[in-house]
Amino acid sequence: MEKELRLMKGNEAVAEAAIRAGVDGYFGYPITPQTEIIEYLMEANPSQTTGMVVLQAESEIAAINMVYGGAACGKKVMTSSSSPGISLKQEGITYIAGAELPCLIVNVVRGGPGLGTIQPAQSDYFQSVKGGGHGDYHLIVLAPASVQEMADFVDLGFELAFKYRNPVLMLSDGAIGQMMEKVYLSPQKERSKVFPDWATTGKPATRERNIITSLDLDPNGQELFNRKLVAKYDKIREKEVRYEEFQCEDAEYLLVAYGTSARVCQKSVQLAREQGIRVGLLRPITLFPFPTKRINELADRVKGILSVEMSAGQMVEDVLLAANGKVPVWHFGRMGGIVTTPEEVIENLKSKIIGG
Amino acid sequence: MAEATGIKEIIKPENLVYKKTKLMTDNTLSYCPGCGHGTAHRILAEVIDEEGLQSQTIGVSPVGCSVLMYNYLDVDMQEAAHGRAPAVATAIKRLLPDKFVFTYQGDGDLAAIGTSETIHACNRGENILIIFINNGIYGMTGGQMAPTTLEGMKTSTSPYGRDVKTMGNPLKMTDIVATLPGTYYVTRQSVHTPANVRKTKKAIRKAVQYQKLDKGTCFVEIVSNCPSGWKMTPVQSNKWMEENMFPFYPLGDMKTPEE
Amino acid sequence: MAKIRGSIIVNVDKCKGCEVCMVSCPTGTISMAKEVNGKGYNYAFPANPELCIGCANCAMVCPDGVITVYKTKI
Repeated sequence: MEKELRLMKGNEAVAEAAIRAGVDGYFGYPITPQTEIIEYLMEANPSQTTGMVVLQAESEIAAINMVYGGAACGKKVMTSSSSPGISLKQEGITYIAGAELPCLIVNVVRGGPGLGTIQPAQSDYFQSVKGGGHGDYHLIVLAPASVQEMADFVDLGFELAFKYRNPVLMLSDGAIGQMMEKVYLSPQKERSKVFPDWATTGKPATRERNIITSLDLDPNGQELFNRKLVAKYDKIREKEVRYEEFQCEDAEYLLVAYGTSARVCQKSVQLAREQGIRVGLLRPITLFPFPTKRINELADRVKGILSVEMSAGQMVEDVLLAANGKVPVWHFGRMGGIVTTPEEVIENLKSKIIGG
Repeated sequence: MAEATGIKEIIKPENLVYKKTKLMTDNTLSYCPGCGHGTAHRILAEVIDEEGLQSQTIGVSPVGCSVLMYNYLDVDMQEAAHGRAPAVATAIKRLLPDKFVFTYQGDGDLAAIGTSETIHACNRGENILIIFINNGIYGMTGGQMAPTTLEGMKTSTSPYGRDVKTMGNPLKMTDIVATLPGTYYVTRQSVHTPANVRKTKKAIRKAVQYQKLDKGTCFVEIVSNCPSGWKMTPVQSNKWMEENMFPFYPLGDMKTPEE
Repeated sequence: MAKIRGSIIVNVDKCKGCEVCMVSCPTGTISMAKEVNGKGYNYAFPANPELCIGCANCAMVCPDGVITVYKTKI
């Protein structure tokens, strides 16, 4: 079937894509700048069409625990929030990771710390890729850079979540969530009627009872489980790295940026080349797993790397690890909800790397 | 002559009147001797068995002494984060409305850290059964003050007795949820005597029936003991419970459907 | 007149010796053993089996579900 072309906000695209992906349940709590997601779902009222459950919970904490309950039944369930709300969800997220449950969590990032601002930022990178909650775990982190990707990554997110029995985080930001763009929407999928064999759906006589837990009081058992997770994350690192390169073939200097910053940097590449500076852009699409290997390869060919993100410098640490000392790596980024301009990026490339 | 009837003649399959339900696994319960948790587990398992609901049941265990409940009941179960069981159960029931869904929670889980989840699930009238074990103390962490600890009661974090001026008053969570329009059947029972066990089992059976009829939240509080936390023998603890807990937490139905 | 006779079997290995069954028994059938089981508990046993009426009160309150009850009319 043909895809349908619509003009939508990123947040609306997530909601519409969720209905079309045959998601079984959405559990959320309003917070700017992502409230359109739950508003759109309530308005669309998919309980009457696909049977999708949409529930406004009493808190982000309750919402993520509803996701736990639904995911443990083998259902496609999701939640969304923005930075302060995602902090509240961290307890539930680590339990979900510990119980190896598939789900989709959308973070439309705003500036922090604390209540911060409602304007877009990329300051939740550490929280997203380094853990967020307690214990050794990773989320699979997808970073959309367009409204189209906010829609597409719903399906991709669930595919990866179920493939690896692992929570997936879509790390967007207030700019992409709020911006309107054209988007091609996939046709409606049926909600799945099959349950994974590990799901709690009521124990028939034909199988042992299913237990969903993240508890193991036996240290040897717990370590064995930790090793199992490590092996899973290694497999994800090996198989699921996604990135996009823009004019890297002849680049002397490399920009690394994701999401909104990558959009800005694409323009920076164009402006720099007009000035005779051969700049390329690597846009990580997955932040975990990170395109470490590719950046390391490019570090053999470029003179320096500038990591551009709307934060005080978080992803730059992973870029540094990837470059592994081969070339200088610097960070540039605006904070407080301010979107970096393409010119600022070039100025910083010149002052920090080319002229430095 | 009756006296001549040997035990061997009595112990025959056709004379069996009570045997542990097969819905309780053979795992040894982790609870202290005399703890009411085991009895509460067993009668819940008996009702699930007698109603033929094993294949329809999804339970949610809490954080607290009964965190390992899933080792003891032979049904599908999820272990929730501390206090979050009503939210977890909400989603299970919404997504699988034909299943029998229950939570089993202690006083710290349900009435302290999970107050919000408890009240809102009850207020939405989620069609689930919440079983609330209230023994006025935190057992698993070794006897600290609970929201339901009685005034003057000594625990390791109220070593001179609960002073309500600085530590707050014991919380009657069941009274609160009974006021919410979403709850259908709210009752407070105990499991320390045969008669009370029978009443509690009856209450759980009613709750199961109401859930089948989509009536809303059923809430069964079981006032129970904590011999270890209270530093008493099991028999003493049951007596202490009657003398001290029951006056403050009186047994009986608090909200019954108008039939 | 028919007389009710009962009998109990205690799973001695799993009994935790809490005595709740003993105080619930209306006929004084149950006592606690002087010996201990593998866990070190003085387990419950039918010290006066002839008094048992098979009412199942003991099994009803046993937190560990270790008591099986039989009853017959003679």
